[in-house]
Amino acid sequence: MSGVRVLVGTRKGAFVLTSDGKREDWKIEGPHFAGWEIYHVKGSPLDSNRLYASQSSGWFGQLMQRSDDGGTTWTPVGNEFTYEGVPGTHQFYDGTQHPWEFKRVWHLEPSLTDPDTVYAGVEDAALFCSTDAGLTWQELSGLRGHETGPLWQPGAGGMCLHSIILDPTNPNRIFIAISAAGAFRSDDAGVTWKPINRGLNSLYIPNPTAEVGHCVHRIAMHPSRPNVLFMQKHFDIMRTDDAGECWHEISGNLPSDFGFPIDIHAHEPDTIYVVPIKSDSEHFPPDGKLRVYRSRTGGNEWEALTNGLPQSDCYVNVLREAMCVDTLDSCGVYFGTTGGQVYASSDSGDNWKAIVRDLPAVLSVEVQTFQ
Amino acid sequence: MIRPPIRVILPAHLRTLARLDGDVELLVEPPVTLASVLGALEKSHPVLRGTVRDHITLKRRPFIRFFACEQDYSHEQPDFLLPDEVASGKEPFIILGAIAGG
Repeated sequence: MSGVRVLVGTRKGAFVLTSDGKREDWKIEGPHFAGWEIYHVKGSPLDSNRLYASQSSGWFGQLMQRSDDGGTTWTPVGNEFTYEGVPGTHQFYDGTQHPWEFKRVWHLEPSLTDPDTVYAGVEDAALFCSTDAGLTWQELSGLRGHETGPLWQPGAGGMCLHSIILDPTNPNRIFIAISAAGAFRSDDAGVTWKPINRGLNSLYIPNPTAEVGHCVHRIAMHPSRPNVLFMQKHFDIMRTDDAGECWHEISGNLPSDFGFPIDIHAHEPDTIYVVPIKSDSEHFPPDGKLRVYRSRTGGNEWEALTNGLPQSDCYVNVLREAMCVDTLDSCGVYFGTTGGQVYASSDSGDNWKAIVRDLPAVLSVEVQTFQ
Repeated sequence: MIRPPIRVILPAHLRTLARLDGDVELLVEPPVTLASVLGALEKSHPVLRGTVRDHITLKRRPFIRFFACEQDYSHEQPDFLLPDEVASGKEPFIILGAIAGG
């Protein structure tokens, strides 16, 4: 029987939401790790019972958890993230050079080929990898060691590596994005890296078209078209058709081109979703209306999806990790808000319903599909 | 001579993490210092490594506090000798998270 399992990370724990393929009735389980910040929970594409979770706290630091039974039970695994060699420095808020300091894991990306291999994107920005199911972590230091590293700087949320995309057709190709450094690509499995930010135009940095320094909020790829990436930047929706060699803007008729998440329909590579937010200084939807915008043309032409979403007095935010799609025949779309709601659409975004309304602020939403 | 165990009180989140119902009792060879107590704690409960002090530098995490005998020992050096009342198990060594809220 088909079904879905939605993995929700919040400010105060993790929740697992399950439903059959109709996605009408939901079972809510949690909180797991009550009281801890759960930045991300994600399952292996090869073993649906293998989940990884990033658990952290301002008091007690970073923990990593692994489940081998689909989230019923969890085991703490390795939590030592040590930068390779001398960490060096990056640009700080005040313009001075500041030592790299590990703070937390923002994003977990399980391997497409081995359930025991998982990548972790961390703050201060670096990429780590575990090949023993999370017991130990090694830095892929070529990224942080890139010659532009001293120019990277934290955004307001910290200098986080938040997006990791593995190319399903080329095991050597990895895309990542850092706020606020930009997007990078490796073509040798993470040994060396190249900034891929040509075409980005960011008025909040001294040279708006600089090689690095752009505040990329999220990037997304459809597995059938690995050279096409979509980006939600700190203002501007962008698209590349050549694996990041050059980007062009596709914000089109959106009411605001600021926002955090971006995702792609499971079966329509040119159908993309964003949630416009008013601005960098007002992190809530324009006009108090929570609207997902969908483009079915690969950008520029956008339609508001509002059915079932609050259209007045709504002032929540949707964070960068908090949107995902399932792969059922009628594609499901999910997103969580800082107000604790998790919304689901089982018809590609045409209609929405809150699965749950009163969780802690939602940091991340991922979904596993069972056909 | 049988040495009494040192009693350590952990914050609720760390008790949950270490799957403990109450205080921790540790046998620590003298001298009983901040570092030797924390080392014994991490040895007996490896899941706590990195949560009280840094993995590499062994520095106290910024929002962790060490109290005992109504005194704050958070800012003492690792080789600081804890009071006899702690070493003898009469008084607990308290690890707690700094006050925060709002």
